Amino acid sequence: MRRILRRRGVSPLRLWKLPDQVLRLGILFAIGAVALLSVRQRLVPKSFGELGHYRADAVKAAAGQPIRYAGAEACAECHGDVAELKGGSYHRGVSCEICHGPAAAHVQDAGENKPVVPRERKACLYCHGYLPSRPTGFPQVIEKAHNPMEPCMGCHNPHDPKPPRIPSSCSACHGMIARTKAVSPHRTLKCETCHAADPRHRQYPTSFIPKKPTDRSFCGGCHAPNAPSSKHIPRVDVGSHGGRYLCWQCHYPHHPEAR
Amino acid sequence: MEETPARREFLVELLKLPCSAALVSVLGPVTDAEASAAKEGAEAVGEHYYGMGIQVDKCIGCGRCVEACKSENDVLREPFYFRTWVERYVVHSDGKVTVDSPNGGIQGFEAPEEERDILRSFFVPKLCNHCDRPPCVQVCPVGATFKSRDGVVLVDADYCIGCRYCIQACPYGARYLDPRTKVADKCTFCYHRITKGLLPACVEACPTQARIFGDLKAMSSPLRRMMRMSSLQVLKPALNTEPKVFYSTLDKEVR
Repeated sequence: MRRILRRRGVSPLRLWKLPDQVLRLGILFAIGAVALLSVRQRLVPKSFGELGHYRADAVKAAAGQPIRYAGAEACAECHGDVAELKGGSYHRGVSCEICHGPAAAHVQDAGENKPVVPRERKACLYCHGYLPSRPTGFPQVIEKAHNPMEPCMGCHNPHDPKPPRIPSSCSACHGMIARTKAVSPHRTLKCETCHAADPRHRQYPTSFIPKKPTDRSFCGGCHAPNAPSSKHIPRVDVGSHGGRYLCWQCHYPHHPEAR
Repeated sequence: MEETPARREFLVELLKLPCSAALVSVLGPVTDAEASAAKEGAEAVGEHYYGMGIQVDKCIGCGRCVEACKSENDVLREPFYFRTWVERYVVHSDGKVTVDSPNGGIQGFEAPEEERDILRSFFVPKLCNHCDRPPCVQVCPVGATFKSRDGVVLVDADYCIGCRYCIQACPYGARYLDPRTKVADKCTFCYHRITKGLLPACVEACPTQARIFGDLKAMSSPLRRMMRMSSLQVLKPALNTEPKVFYSTLDKEVR
């Protein structure tokens, strides 16, 4: 074919009958495309797009960050005795490194990197200092009132925390209710007036749960029109007042509002 | 056609040369890549799909999660730089709501002086929600922030240009610009820990198990159990970001 063309004195490219300017433009485009591809090759980072619109190596980099917290299982491997004691205590859900700080370095080299042993009151108060925002029933103390300046560890073993003696008053655990009741019209009532409690509740709080009133007639014992109580106590017809609702569904008994 | 054999041979040789070079360059690393793929296969394939549950009624606001997060991930100690933080909500008897988070709650909280007008109060731990449809990923102009195959939203610190678009886009305020590296930073669910079978540092450090971490694909993970047993909510559901941090017993005042 070429021989035929050459014989006629035409270059092979003339066969396409392309004008010169188009040819030049085509060459320019070709150079541009090659340049674009090579620049792109250089600029788009390695491993980009392997897993998605990101560098796959970044996932490996994120996974390769060093670990500081070893985890409670690692602690138990050497400190089995403490883990066992703590495992049966109220602090069983409290991981070692919450108090003792990150200990992965200690797991690697136990002699060089000693974890911290917090002995100041503040360490316990992070969790056990009184805050009204904390969930009801969570053990809390008012720092200024609860044996000020004494270290917590003098009376409580943090690996097996227990009250040093069985609490004598309800307010030791139910402080928020006690404080609310103290400023309410019900301040003179004893807790036992409404809550019959097994004495063992003080030692095993969740196993022996105190009772609560169940019907309107209980409140009627003081608040019914004919109840044998002081004449200053507000009276209400227990049979009809409030319709289908029980007394404590509208009035909070620890701080009852009459209106 | 009368091309000389020498010419043909030359052309064939010319073709072989780049092919063999390419083959060597491909075959060499393949063996390495296969070995590492077997090790990191779980992440690449997306065997897991991670999420977190937060039981608001269990949070005591001790701030140990914030402390653990900063220690584990070398987050700057100054306020304003948090991968996770704890907010205290106080609803007053007149209906007014105050929210505070002194230094992210890392030093705990001070008791309020006047508590008689508190109607209810609680703590809400917050962190990156690892949205299933992350707005931060959508706005990143270079593909430096992304959702990995196991559902974790990560930042490629080597590739981020520090333009701060993602910080603006995040509706949860979970991102910040690290002044040391000048790139965006955020919670990674402690990706380096979870890929090794450990718990995220904040979950490890939570004394009341208010935070629960797990695999959404596993039917028997602690997270799935919590999700079955609780009334779940997510933050800002109207934005359709589909967060993978699920809150139980969340108050309506929480934003």
